[in-house]
Amino acid sequence: MTSAQLFALCGVLLFGWGLGGVIWSRHLVRKVIALNVLSASVFLILVALARRAPSGPPDPVPHAMVLTGIVVSLSASALALALVRKLCRATGKVELPD
Amino acid sequence: MIQSTQSNSLGWLLVALLSGMISLVIGAAILELPDQGVGLRDVVQSHLPESGVGHPVTAVLMNFRGYDTLLELTVLVLAVLGARVLAASGECGPEIGVPLQSPLLDGFIRLTIPVMLVMAGYLLWAGGHAPGGAFQAGALLAALGILTLLGGHDWTHRLSERGERLLFVLGGATFLLAGVASLGAGGTFLEFSRVGGKWQILAVEVASTVSIAAILTALFTGGRLAPRADDLARGATQLASPREPQHD
Repeated sequence: MTSAQLFALCGVLLFGWGLGGVIWSRHLVRKVIALNVLSASVFLILVALARRAPSGPPDPVPHAMVLTGIVVSLSASALALALVRKLCRATGKVELPD
Repeated sequence: MIQSTQSNSLGWLLVALLSGMISLVIGAAILELPDQGVGLRDVVQSHLPESGVGHPVTAVLMNFRGYDTLLELTVLVLAVLGARVLAASGECGPEIGVPLQSPLLDGFIRLTIPVMLVMAGYLLWAGGHAPGGAFQAGALLAALGILTLLGGHDWTHRLSERGERLLFVLGGATFLLAGVASLGAGGTFLEFSRVGGKWQILAVEVASTVSIAAILTALFTGGRLAPRADDLARGATQLASPREPQHD
C-alpha cells in the first residue's frame, strides 16, 4: 500500500465517521462539527490522491479544488451556525427533540 | 422505556451500517485506482509560462479554472446575504462590538493584529511563486476581523451601508471585468494571457482578498459590517447587535 493510498483510506474512515455524526447527533453544534469533519475528510482524500505522481510535484488540479472547497465549507458552516442560533432564539434549545 | 432504548440502539446500528457501507464502497474505489497517476500535472506545467503566475496551483485557481473561482466569489456573496437574513439577536451567542473587559484578550489582539496583517500581505504576494494567493490572505484577514469584532472592538461603525456593499461585491466584479476585458482584446472570456496576464491576475487577487476578508468576517458576525441605517437614524453610534426587525 502506498502512502497516498494510506492517507486516502484514512480520509475514507473519517468520512464514515463524519457521516454517522451528521445523521446521528442530536445536538446541533455537534452536527455542524461533524459536517466539518466530513468536508475535511473529502479534502484529505483529494489531496492524497493528488500525491500519486511517481516523482516530482503533485497534481495541482485537486489542490485547487480543495482550496475552493474549504471556502465553500466555511460558508456552509457559518450559515448552519446562523440557523442554529436562530433556532436557539426561537425555541431556547440547541438539541433536536428525541 | 425499554422500547425507546431498543429503538435507540437499532437506530444507531442502522446509521453505523449505512456509514460503514458507504465508506467501504469509497475505499474499494480508491484501492482500484492505479498506484501511480500523474493526472493533469504535466499539462499544467507545460502551459505555466503563459498563465501569468509562477505557481501551478495559483495558475489553476486563477487562470485555467478561473470560471470556478468567479462563481465561488458569487457564492460567497449569496452566503453573506443568507447570513444577514438569518441574523438573530444576542441571546444565544456573543454580542458584536460590546467590550468584553478582558485584558488578556485585549493584549492578545494587540499582539496579533500587526503580525496577521503582515502575514496576509505576504501570502497575497507570494501567491505568484509559492503557495498563497487571494483566498489564503483573505481568510487570514477575516480571522483578524472576527477576532477584533468578537473581542469587543467595534471598528466598523463608520462604514456606510453602500461602502459595505461595495466591499462585498468588489472581488467578483473585478474578476468579471477582467474577464470581459479579455473579450474586448479579441480573446475569449477569462482568457487572461491576452491583455497582460500577470497584472490582471494581481489586480483580481487584491480585489478578491479585500472582498473575501469582508465577506468571511460578516458571515460570522451577523451578516453586517456597517450599522443599520435605522439604527443610525435613532441616534445610535455603534454597531448594535443584529436583531429582529421592530414592529412599530
